[in-house]
Amino acid sequence: MSAKLKNKGVVPSITVPDGGKWATTARNAAAELLTETGLPHRRDEYWKYTDPTTLTAPEATPAAIFKSDDPLPFSGVDAVKIVFVDGIYDPSQSDALELAGVEIETLADAAQKDIHWAGSVFGVLEGRGQSPVSRPLASYNTAMAEQGFVIRATGKAAKPVSFIYLHESETSDAVIHHTIKLDEGADLTVLENGPAAARINAVMEVEVADNAAFHHVRAQGRDHERRTATHIFARLGAESSFKSFTLTVNGVLTRNDAIIEFTGDNAHATVAGACAGDGAFHHDDTVFITHDAVNCESRQVFKKVLRNGAVGVFQGKILVQPDAQKTDGYQISQGLMLDENSTFQAKPELEIYADDVACSHGSTVGAIDETALFYLTSRGIPHKEAQDMLTLAFLGEAIDEVEDDALADDLRSLLQGWMARRHG
Amino acid sequence: MLEIKNLHVGLEEEDKQILKGVNLTVETGKVHAIMGPNGSGKSTLSYVLSGKDGYEVTDGTAELEGTDILDMEPEERAAAGLFLAFQYPVEIPGVGNMTFLRTAVNAQRKARGEEELSAAEFLKVVREKAKSLKIDADMLKRPVNVGFSGGEKKRNEILQMAMLEPKMCILDETDSGLDVDAMKLVAEGVNALRDAGRSFLVITHYQRLLDHIKPDVVHIMADGKIVKTGGPELALEVENNGYADILAEVA
Repeated sequence: MSAKLKNKGVVPSITVPDGGKWATTARNAAAELLTETGLPHRRDEYWKYTDPTTLTAPEATPAAIFKSDDPLPFSGVDAVKIVFVDGIYDPSQSDALELAGVEIETLADAAQKDIHWAGSVFGVLEGRGQSPVSRPLASYNTAMAEQGFVIRATGKAAKPVSFIYLHESETSDAVIHHTIKLDEGADLTVLENGPAAARINAVMEVEVADNAAFHHVRAQGRDHERRTATHIFARLGAESSFKSFTLTVNGVLTRNDAIIEFTGDNAHATVAGACAGDGAFHHDDTVFITHDAVNCESRQVFKKVLRNGAVGVFQGKILVQPDAQKTDGYQISQGLMLDENSTFQAKPELEIYADDVACSHGSTVGAIDETALFYLTSRGIPHKEAQDMLTLAFLGEAIDEVEDDALADDLRSLLQGWMARRHG
Repeated sequence: MLEIKNLHVGLEEEDKQILKGVNLTVETGKVHAIMGPNGSGKSTLSYVLSGKDGYEVTDGTAELEGTDILDMEPEERAAAGLFLAFQYPVEIPGVGNMTFLRTAVNAQRKARGEEELSAAEFLKVVREKAKSLKIDADMLKRPVNVGFSGGEKKRNEILQMAMLEPKMCILDETDSGLDVDAMKLVAEGVNALRDAGRSFLVITHYQRLLDHIKPDVVHIMADGKIVKTGGPELALEVENNGYADILAEVA
């Protein structure tokens, strides 16, 4: 039973896409739920620190295209590249959808089939994630999304699947829904990068079966005016592993939700993020982890660097159900403020019904360490460069959560380059 | 090399005068030592010279090779050839020691209009210098000073000094927290850098460091002033009789 939102915003008239078979059932259910819950509003508990108005408005607010000659993130990684332009899959710029051990199909193609494995995941994990907290933007996505991929890993994927979201129209409004399933023992890495559109609503559902490992690394694109709302819904089987990392630089509004559910014993989940915001920048990480199995470990590591009035929000919840003994839940959120005009708001929540658990959380906010800054400058490193080194070091502790060293190095050098060029 | 005249310094945050007219000239190629009791202003002098925030110069000048350094940023002083070996080297998590060293070396070279060292050139030099200070590859890879022992931190300071090749080296209580073997190693590192074109200002409580780094001139500092100047024998006098006698004598 999903909680009703107290304040029903205006619900757009929902007409679910035609032609889907098993998908239509899920779409209708999501549309029905959305009609019931209404759109999110500032007065809803999990939207208190982030104003959803521009995310729920009928039209996307236009967003200027960010021009850069820098190579795209992960461009050096050997991967199956799948390109979207303004939220629409562009086969002409994409690789063939072929990868040993992995089936890759568009949502549109899969929805044409009478019976499809994706029927057990699409809208299902998202639906489970609607309780105890409603997530109307995800309902909207499930009901409306025609773009996206369904991916099934049956073994260890030889290389990652890399989604590249290009933004070319200033008024584009994208809705993308990926449905991913890892069979027992499978191993898959999904990369995502790019702003996608003036506004994007993205959902990724990930079913991780027993002993499978899912890795997700995302860089959200540097367009200053983009607005982004994402949800990841994951369900984890026994001995499985789920790791997701997001790097965000720029963007006027970003809301990243991660809803993780442990259903099998001895599994691990990490959700981590690093963001750097300067000026008109609002970045919200909202995480909900439900431990409903024995001896599972979850980590949430979020670091935000803020200046010139940028706002960082972290809402992280660990829910430990009565039988989830030996749960190890860890959560840290830290804000580094480069001036006195920025804001960092953190809301850690622990709700624990089992008695043999180890859960810890911490949240800090602070300025650059002046002693460290003096030490660096006393060795001849210019002030700005020294500040960047300390900023990178701060964010680096979140990047350390990325298991793949090459990808982590890629993220570090991206950040380093962006910072260096910021000084011009 | 370094000429300090009538230097008066107070704390920015509170009305407290710490240096009350320091006069000191360190000639090129010489090693000067400053000794003195706790609270005499020795560390403040080293911080003010290297540009740390929080101090207010109310009077006097400090010139490095004829240029007033007191209005310069710390990084400008470093590029001009000043180096402070910290009493408490700072731990910087997340910044690799090697990255730090290379950034510092190249920033100084850039500031002086010299060509930056390539990664390969740098690596060659740093390995060589690290070896003589018994700094292993692991210490170079680790974050700056994080998890280093007291001796390792001080050796790391000397390594930075060796890499940056400053003209004017200030050593602030480099002997504190070191056992005899570690002190010897550090002193050897310093002595290897002694050069006709390089000057040292060695700040210490105890004479024992000066057994290993032989000074040309010894100053006694008390209550924010240099109260006595002499040769190496002055350090022995402190060792034998303490500061009380000297202070009584100059009072």
